[in-house]
Amino acid sequence: MYRYDEFDADFVRDRVARFRSQVDRRISGALTEDEFKPLRLQNGVYLQLHAYMLRVAVPYGTLNSAQMRQLAMIAERWDKGYGHFTTRQNIQFNWPTLKDIPDILDALADVGMHCIQTSGNCIRNITADHFAGAADDEIDDPRPTAELLRQWSTDHPEFAYLPRKFKIAITGSPNDRAVTKAHDIGLRMVRNDAGEPGYEVIVGGGLGRTPMVGKVIRDFLPKGHLLPYVEAILRVYNLLGRRDNKYKARIKILVHEAGLEDIRAQVEADFAHQMAAEGGPMVAPDADEVARIAGYFTPPAWDDLPEEDAGYMAARAADPVFRAWTDVNLAAHRRPGYAIATISLKPIGAAPGDASAEQMRVIADLAETYGHDEIRVSHEQNVVLPHVRKRDLPAVHRRLREAGLATANVGLISDIIACPGMDYCALATARSIPIAQDIAQHFSDPDYARTIGEMKIKISGCINACGHHHVAHIGILGLDRAGRENYQITLGGDHTETLAIGERAGPGFDADQVVPAIERLVDAYLALRDGPEETFLMALRRLGIAPFKVALYKDGEHDRAA
Amino acid sequence: MPLVTRAGFAPVEPVDFVAADAAAESDGEGVGVDLPNHADPQALVALFDRIALIRIAFPSSSDGRGFSLARRLRQLGYRGRLRAHGHVISDQFRHALACGFDEVEIDEDLAARQPEAHWRVSGQPQRTYGEKLGRRPVAPPSE
Ligand code: SF4
Repeated sequence: MYRYDEFDADFVRDRVARFRSQVDRRISGALTEDEFKPLRLQNGVYLQLHAYMLRVAVPYGTLNSAQMRQLAMIAERWDKGYGHFTTRQNIQFNWPTLKDIPDILDALADVGMHCIQTSGNCIRNITADHFAGAADDEIDDPRPTAELLRQWSTDHPEFAYLPRKFKIAITGSPNDRAVTKAHDIGLRMVRNDAGEPGYEVIVGGGLGRTPMVGKVIRDFLPKGHLLPYVEAILRVYNLLGRRDNKYKARIKILVHEAGLEDIRAQVEADFAHQMAAEGGPMVAPDADEVARIAGYFTPPAWDDLPEEDAGYMAARAADPVFRAWTDVNLAAHRRPGYAIATISLKPIGAAPGDASAEQMRVIADLAETYGHDEIRVSHEQNVVLPHVRKRDLPAVHRRLREAGLATANVGLISDIIACPGMDYCALATARSIPIAQDIAQHFSDPDYARTIGEMKIKISGCINACGHHHVAHIGILGLDRAGRENYQITLGGDHTETLAIGERAGPGFDADQVVPAIERLVDAYLALRDGPEETFLMALRRLGIAPFKVALYKDGEHDRAA
Repeated sequence: MPLVTRAGFAPVEPVDFVAADAAAESDGEGVGVDLPNHADPQALVALFDRIALIRIAFPSSSDGRGFSLARRLRQLGYRGRLRAHGHVISDQFRHALACGFDEVEIDEDLAARQPEAHWRVSGQPQRTYGEKLGRRPVAPPSE
């Protein structure tokens, strides 16, 4: 994985010093609150309901064990002993005090981490496929590009005061695990007819109040043209994006209002201008630098292993709990004898994405001992050990079980994404974590959950949709109806390469009616499906939303006030 | 009304600014043009030779349009002086310079809150990721 060189290390230290100075100048009055706020946000410090929240960047979701241990230390020393992994592959600390923040930033810098551009109207942390470099369906490793974009976007002089936040995601696999079509810019690594590597560039996707599926602005961009092209998109957006209404300020609205053709013409014109400039485009990393970055992502020293391991097979045969975990939480690795292991941060009844300091240390130890020292954070708020020898899986599982981290529910009904909601977020109109807990509790029988099969439930505590409910198979949106929490259900969303926005099913439900509503949907699915191979989403696509609506609202079982 | 340049604070010399459309009509040399940050710079290209100074408005330090407008003017070949005008804070000075501005014009109140020393720190040359990635200067600083 990428290691900081002297430049990165100096840059981060310098940035901490700069932020200390900004805090001092805010206190002295040299900076007004309005002037200070964007600076604070660009350093990851966000004002929440009860306290400041510090959002730490985990660039494209990659961590090593030393970094994970440092996060554990920070959680213990300056927070309440745990951290919260987010849907953007970051980690948040919800209880730091403002005066401790510069010290926390220093502690992060000690392990090559920071909070730069994790908030504010700037280019945010670049996200990527959490199985990068490990998945057997990968065409190209997205991490070198993600790292290039990280460097390019960090403290970019032109794009620190955009109309609104700007999110970029990249995948190197046709199975899109990075939700590229729901980002301001999505990049899919592809090859052209001549076999040359490049990108399909998608623009204007996003969730939030106005969910939109991203549109292809360029179907093939040669690899070397990436930075000028992305710069052209950002420039057009910075100049033309709406600033009169923050809810209409994302690039998706600009693309929607101006039309894709118009935006494409402007982007291509700016891009052409850059390419035609004397001496070429202004930002053009030389081949050595690109190769240097790529060099950090060479595969670890694999062992040559047979595809199957006798000890692993025996453990599977002997231990049904282990077998269930391997059935559900493993993904196919590109190397024989290896697996990708996802550690669920959704134990039944816990807050999705939370990890205690102790659990972080266990994960760090496992990565160090069995996983080539690599850890990934997924946008589904789980943690991934991308390279584990199958023969080591029984030992890994044993340790996870002891730490309460062996929940076998990845991709199943209790693997729920939930935003912080009313428990932490000042903007929330309803709670989301307790709803996730109720559902997980209700479907806690592992056999039942596996019978139901692949199911994505996602919950947001207000229309800002941080819980990505629009792209859930079953989406839940918490609203406030005359002082009472009310939960709206959407059906048929999809966060993969076939991205789809879910359709609102009808009137909302009271908090205590959500679980029965989900149960009715599940019952209907089990009764209607063609067989266990037909997932909930497939059945919904085959049958349409109508029979599910009937099930949801039979006997008028919803909030009658609606 | 101090003017901030790489060399520090200086008094603003009097310039008669005109709007972009008026600039097209005047036939003199050394014209100063005032641009709002939503202006289309294309219309000025034909006049670049006659313009001595373009001043781009910054209505608020959180409105970054001026940075891209400056960059675009430089991209279109403008080599004259380029000034940011209004609510630019000292922390943004290095960004302004990197986007092709030569100077910033601020009001007395801002200059009092953010004295020359603050701007000096911000304007100090430093290695950036842009440079690391081969980013060239937008335009050579004008004399
Ligand atoms: S969706 Fe709403 S409640 Fe949830 S984190 Fe986002 S802003 Fe807060």
